Amino acid sequence: MRPLTDEETKAMFEKLSKYIGENIKLLVDRPDGSYCFRLHNDRVYYMSEKILKLATNISRDKLVSVGTCFGKFTKTKKFRLHITALDYLAPYAKFKVWVKPGAEQSFLYGNHVLKSGLGRITENTMQYQGVVVYSMADVPLGFGVAAKSTQECRRVDPMSIVVFHQADVGEFIRNEDTLT
Amino acid sequence: MGRKLDPTNKVKRGPGKKAKKQQGAETELTKFITDENTGPKRLSSRARKRNFIQKSSFTCVVFVPLSKGFTDDNSKWLKPAKRKRKTDEPESEDDTDDLLEEEDSEEEEQQQKKGGLAQGKKSTKLGVKEMEEEEDDDDDDEEMVDDYGTLDSSGDEAAAKEKKLKETLALESDDDEEDEEDDSEEEGDEEEKSDADLDEEDTVQTNIDEMDKFRLPGAEETSKEGVLPLDLKTIHQRIKDNVDVLCNFSTKREEGKERTEYLSLLKKDLCTYYSYNNFLIEKLIDLFPLSELVDFLEANEIQRPVTIRTNTLKTRRRDLAQALINRGVNLDPLGKWSKVGLVIYDSSVPIGATPEYLAGQYMLQGASSFLPVMALSPQEGELVLDMSSAPGGKTTYIAQLMRNTGMIVANDANAERLKSVVGNIHRLGVTNTVICNYDGRQFPKVMGGFDRVLLDAPCSGTGVIAKDPAVKTSKDEADILRSAHLQKELILSAIDSVNAESPSGGYLVYCTCSIMVEENEWVVDYALKKRNVKLVPTGLDFGKEGFTRFKERRFHPSLRLSRRFYPHSHNMDGFFIAKLKKFSNVIPTAPAGKEEENAEASEATVVADSSQEKPSEGDKTKKTIPSKVSGSKEHAQPNGTAARKTANIKSKGKKDLSTGPKKAKVAKMDGEAVKEAEVKKPTAKIAEGTKASKADRKEGSRFETKQGKKTTNPMKTKNRMGKNKFNKLKYMLQKQDRK
Repeated sequence: MRPLTDEETKAMFEKLSKYIGENIKLLVDRPDGSYCFRLHNDRVYYMSEKILKLATNISRDKLVSVGTCFGKFTKTKKFRLHITALDYLAPYAKFKVWVKPGAEQSFLYGNHVLKSGLGRITENTMQYQGVVVYSMADVPLGFGVAAKSTQECRRVDPMSIVVFHQADVGEFIRNEDTLT
Repeated sequence: MGRKLDPTNKVKRGPGKKAKKQQGAETELTKFITDENTGPKRLSSRARKRNFIQKSSFTCVVFVPLSKGFTDDNSKWLKPAKRKRKTDEPESEDDTDDLLEEEDSEEEEQQQKKGGLAQGKKSTKLGVKEMEEEEDDDDDDEEMVDDYGTLDSSGDEAAAKEKKLKETLALESDDDEEDEEDDSEEEGDEEEKSDADLDEEDTVQTNIDEMDKFRLPGAEETSKEGVLPLDLKTIHQRIKDNVDVLCNFSTKREEGKERTEYLSLLKKDLCTYYSYNNFLIEKLIDLFPLSELVDFLEANEIQRPVTIRTNTLKTRRRDLAQALINRGVNLDPLGKWSKVGLVIYDSSVPIGATPEYLAGQYMLQGASSFLPVMALSPQEGELVLDMSSAPGGKTTYIAQLMRNTGMIVANDANAERLKSVVGNIHRLGVTNTVICNYDGRQFPKVMGGFDRVLLDAPCSGTGVIAKDPAVKTSKDEADILRSAHLQKELILSAIDSVNAESPSGGYLVYCTCSIMVEENEWVVDYALKKRNVKLVPTGLDFGKEGFTRFKERRFHPSLRLSRRFYPHSHNMDGFFIAKLKKFSNVIPTAPAGKEEENAEASEATVVADSSQEKPSEGDKTKKTIPSKVSGSKEHAQPNGTAARKTANIKSKGKKDLSTGPKKAKVAKMDGEAVKEAEVKKPTAKIAEGTKASKADRKEGSRFETKQGKKTTNPMKTKNRMGKNKFNKLKYMLQKQDRK
């Protein structure tokens, strides 16, 4: 387990800021103690300093996970957000998409969100903006990238994709083995 | 089109009523089976009413003192355990008849006439037997609730009916005629007729039961059985009768038959009927009174209700229940003792894949898994260790009780199973957890100073046979002892991880999903002896008390404070929970002032201590055993050598005591193993016994004491043992010569 290098920090923060924008500083400067990011097995974990200290007791090969896993660095050194980061993305998300109850299931199985399943969308969403997907009951279901801006969404036909799927909570079951 | 909603006719809505009507899946199944298989036996509404009256009058008058283990608030969702067969029924038939008369209305008159006739006939025929009839009648009703009884008893009844018809044809012919007359008069009341018939059937059938009392099958019959296996119905009936006899042995026994004969037959029948192996059935017979045993075995055939736990980090129980009801799930709160549990009766969607589940609003978790965490009652801001955490149900519950504050270390020895812990922890939004993959036995070396430790020890799983029926046949003595040994090591290391000086904590909760005494009370008793811990109340207001004595073993009296849970009486998986408080970090038998950090060194002293204890224990076993095993000497020879071999290792370990603590630990483990073997394993007992009987008791004890002294000179010890062996061989040869 080690702190992130500058490059890694940059790559990760860029990715995070797509979803939560400047709220990212709320993650780093928290009123309830200091929190930090650590790299372990190519994965980035977000934890409080207290837990970090506790985790230093555990040898590297025996440590499985600390705090919350945000995502991992690919072999090409790109950062990929995991669904496990949703708990921190959802409260700070700037752009949101709500899907209709009928389309929930489809999204949770890893499909893109179609216009027909789109319930609401935040105003002024740009194309290719990172969005967090909610159910109509305001339960966060995952996140993705807006395929169309809000304006375009009004016009397109019902079967066209409006949000590209990136991660959904169904992965807790589907990809349980690869979460860490 | 279709029916219009009538606004004046208000239909009651809401989940409560609907859910209340719904029983668990097992009762559902019962109905299903009953309908299918007992066509003629199906009761009319009136009959049901009558049964209810009978039953309720019985329960409130007689059975109240018998209903044990139901002091808790679970009665709502728990399936009541079946009542014991009641034999000395003080209530006379007249009473119940009166009740019936009060209840039934005018159109009943016909039937009453009929019933009266039948009754009169019966009373002339049988007179005294009436009491038993009534009670057996009740028994049959009871079996309507129970799934297995119905099937079989109905079949029996059909057979009995035929038999009865043949036997009493002449007597009953006029009665039958009258019945038919009645029938023709009232076409609409067919139900009632079948009803009356049914009553009659029951009574006559029980008469037959009474008449040919249960007797043990003879030798030739049993040998025949080996060739032609009996059908299960017969066996089931035989089990019931057998248990009945055994429960009232003095009155119902057959002359000249021993209790053991009945018991061995019962054992065999239980093994066949429920397909357990011999070992487990014997263990269970030791564990439960006979009437309870059958209940337990029956309860293992049906699944426990599915329960979920609300994740209060993300939602509230009411909201979750509403969301799930909207998805077509039929649920109810789990009981007064839990504020977060819900019971799922049935569901139109897979309960483990709803969007709510995926969003982490609840966790699928057996009701019994709530209890250890509730007993642990972690406080906010504490440092808690979950020693074997997979799949994370209890860990997340701990986090939820701590509101995501403090720190939790979730450990498991199996890396593969830890993946589910990671998944569940992230899904439920738990952020204060470190997940690691150590062997629990090494944990005190990794870190210590925990405020609370939960040890859900790996076990033989005899409490969860309903979940994994493979346990029925796959376990034997060695498996139980092996897991008991592991559990002892784990509980010691768990205790060593606790910080007794913690201002808020210093607690350890030990739990297993096994009901074996070896894995539960014995382990806790061992921990009480080895460490500065004491048992404290678990804080659970239901469950049965742990054993303080079991067969030849006596445990610390405070083991009353531990709790046992059984599938048949609490409708949750079999479970054992003990809560321990550590009152000193000092490991006993270590010189005062030594702290936990010196654990290893002090463990070495423990070894020395245990070696001092050993001779006495060895003597104890010797006192009891030799008479038993003196018959099987030749056979025991290899065992004798084996025992000596372990003794050898033991002494070697002691020799190394001075060289290093690590070796000493090994020695200690060996010592434990030997001790266990001495106390428990019959083969080892034989070995010990033969050693004693052959090399004559005095010699044996001298050997033991010498060994105790000889720790410094291993060579000499070896020499001595060689001599010993030689002596033994000589002795044996002499004996053979004499023969």
